[in-house]
Amino acid sequence: MSHAPIEPNWPARIAIVLAALLALVTAIALAVTIGEMKIPLSTAFQALGNGVFDLGYPVSAIQQGVIFDYRLSRALLAALCGGTLALSGAILQALLRNPLAEPYILGISAGASTGAVAVMILGFGGAVLTISGGAFIGAVVALLVVALLATGAGGSSDRVILAGVAGSQLFNAATATIVTTLANAEQARGVMFWLLGNFGGVRWPDVWVATPVALICFGVCMLHAKVLDAFAFGADAAASLGVAVTRVRIVLFATTAVMTATMVSIVGTVGFVGLVIPHAARFLVGPAHARLLPACLVIGAIFMILADILSRILVPQQILPIGVVTALFGAPAFALILYRARRAT
Amino acid sequence: MTLAAHDIRWSAARRMIVDGVTLRAEPGRILGLIGPNGSGKSSLLRLLCRLRKVESGVVTLDDRDLATMARRDLAKRLAFVEQQASTEVQLSVCDVVKLGRTPHRGALASWTDADEEAVEAALERVDMSERHDQLWHTLSGGERQRVHIARALAQEPRELILDEPTNHLDIQHQLSILALLRRLGVTCVLALHDLNLASLFCDEIAVLHDGKVVASGPPPEVLTEDLIARVFGVAVSIREGASGRRHIEYLIDLPEEGTAR
Repeated sequence: MSHAPIEPNWPARIAIVLAALLALVTAIALAVTIGEMKIPLSTAFQALGNGVFDLGYPVSAIQQGVIFDYRLSRALLAALCGGTLALSGAILQALLRNPLAEPYILGISAGASTGAVAVMILGFGGAVLTISGGAFIGAVVALLVVALLATGAGGSSDRVILAGVAGSQLFNAATATIVTTLANAEQARGVMFWLLGNFGGVRWPDVWVATPVALICFGVCMLHAKVLDAFAFGADAAASLGVAVTRVRIVLFATTAVMTATMVSIVGTVGFVGLVIPHAARFLVGPAHARLLPACLVIGAIFMILADILSRILVPQQILPIGVVTALFGAPAFALILYRARRAT
Repeated sequence: MTLAAHDIRWSAARRMIVDGVTLRAEPGRILGLIGPNGSGKSSLLRLLCRLRKVESGVVTLDDRDLATMARRDLAKRLAFVEQQASTEVQLSVCDVVKLGRTPHRGALASWTDADEEAVEAALERVDMSERHDQLWHTLSGGERQRVHIARALAQEPRELILDEPTNHLDIQHQLSILALLRRLGVTCVLALHDLNLASLFCDEIAVLHDGKVVASGPPPEVLTEDLIARVFGVAVSIREGASGRRHIEYLIDLPEEGTAR
C-alpha cells in the first residue's frame, strides 16, 4: 500500500487563513478608531508606527497614548481573551461530550475568581503567589471539585453540568464571603466591577503575559486535535482507538484551567463566549477539531473585540461590563444556533 | 495464536464481576460469549481489550501480555465495537469510519492514500459505500452498527471484539450483522443474547455464569438442555430444525387462550 500524503488544497487554505487574519485586523482597527475620542485610521496607523518602530510621526501625545497604550493593548487582550475562552469551550465540549460545557458554566471561571480574590484581598500566599497563580489554583480546585461531584453523581455528561452549576454557586458564594467580610468598601467595589468582566485596566504588561499563554495553549490543543475527534463516541471508544484517555484529559483540562485562569485574573469572568463561539465555528467549518480549534480562536477573538467596542459605545459616557455585552448578544445567537441545528437534523 | 485470557479477575464495588476466567480465541474464528444478564460478559470483553485493568491474571495477544503493549499499537491490532455507541456530533458516515485511522496517524500526520483506501475498503466490506456522505443521525440502528464495524475494520485489526452487536436490532438486521462478521474472516469475540443465533453463527461458545466460565467449546457440545436449565433457569428442548440445524425451543407454560384472568 502506498503512503503518499493526499495534498490538501493549499490555495483554498491560504485564502481562508488570509481572510480570517484580515477580519481580525479589521476588528482591531475598528477597536482602535472607535470610541469617545474619534480617531482617523491614518492617525491610528501613524501612532502604531510610532509605538512599535519609533517612527516619529506627528501624533499628539494624548492621541498616541489613547491609541497605543490604551486602545491597542485593550483590543489585543480582548482578542486573546475571546480566542482562548472559545478554545476552552471547544475542548471541554469535546472531552465531556456535552454541548453546554464551557469554563463559565462548569464553575472554572468562578473558581479562578475565588482564587484571584483570595490573593488580592486575603494576601493569601504572601508575596510568592501572584493573582494569576491564585486564579490558576482556584481554577484547578474548581475542576477537581466539579469532577468529584460529577463522578459521585454517576459521571454521565449531564451530571457534569449539574456539578458545574453547584460548583459555580459554591465558588461564587466563597468569593462573595471573602469580599463582604474582609474587603474595605473601595476594594469591594473594585472586585465586583472586575468580576463582571472589564477590559478597562488592561495595559501592555497584561498582553505580554496573555500572548505566550494563549499561543502555547493553542499549540497544545492543536497537537490533540485528532485525539479530540476520537472522543465523539465517548471515552471508551477513544481508548479503543489508541488514545491515552487519562493523560489526554489531564493535559487538556490543565490547559483549559491555565487559559481560563490567565484571562480571569486579567479581565474577570466573561460568560457565553466559550459556549456560543464553538457552536458558531462548528456551523461554519464542521466538527473536525483540526479546523474547529483555529476557527474558535479567530472567531472568539473577533467576537470579543466587537463586544468590547459595543461595551464602550452602547451607553454614552459609560462602559458596560464586558460580560453583560457577551451575554446580551450571546444568548440570542445561541438560540439561533440551536434552532438552525434542529432544522438541519 | 491470538487473544487469550488466563485466570483473569476483576471486581467492582467489592463484588467479583469476572472471577477467574480462562479462554482463548482461535484465529479467524468466532467466539461467542453467552450468559444471563449480569454474568460479566461486557466486563470480560472490556478486560480483553484493556478498557479495564485486570486485577489478577493476564490477557495475552500472541503470547504478549496486553498490559505491556502501547495503547496505540494495541489499537492497530485489536478493535472494539461497543453496544449502541452514539454521538451528538454532526458526523457523516465517512467521518465516523475515518476515526478508525486514529491509531495509524501521528498528531501532525496528514491524510494519506493508505488511510483513504482503508476507509473505502472498510465501507465496502460492510456494504455502506453508497452512504459515504450521509449524516450519522439519519441512519437506522442496523446501519449504525454496520458503520461502527466499518470504523473498527478501518483500524485494520486482526481481532475484533463486539459487545452485543445485535442488541435492539430487528431480526433481519441481527442476521445480516452476524453473517457479515462470518464473512470478514477476522478473529471475533462477541457477546450474544440469543442462544439460537449463537449456536448458528459461532464456532466456539463460552458460557459465563456469575463471572465464571461454566462451559466452553463448539455449540453442539456446550448448548445442552441441562446446561441451559442450570445457567439460564429455562427449560428447553433441543431438536433438529427445518434446515437440519439444531434448534433450541423454550418450554414454558403459557396460560391457555381465554383462561387468563
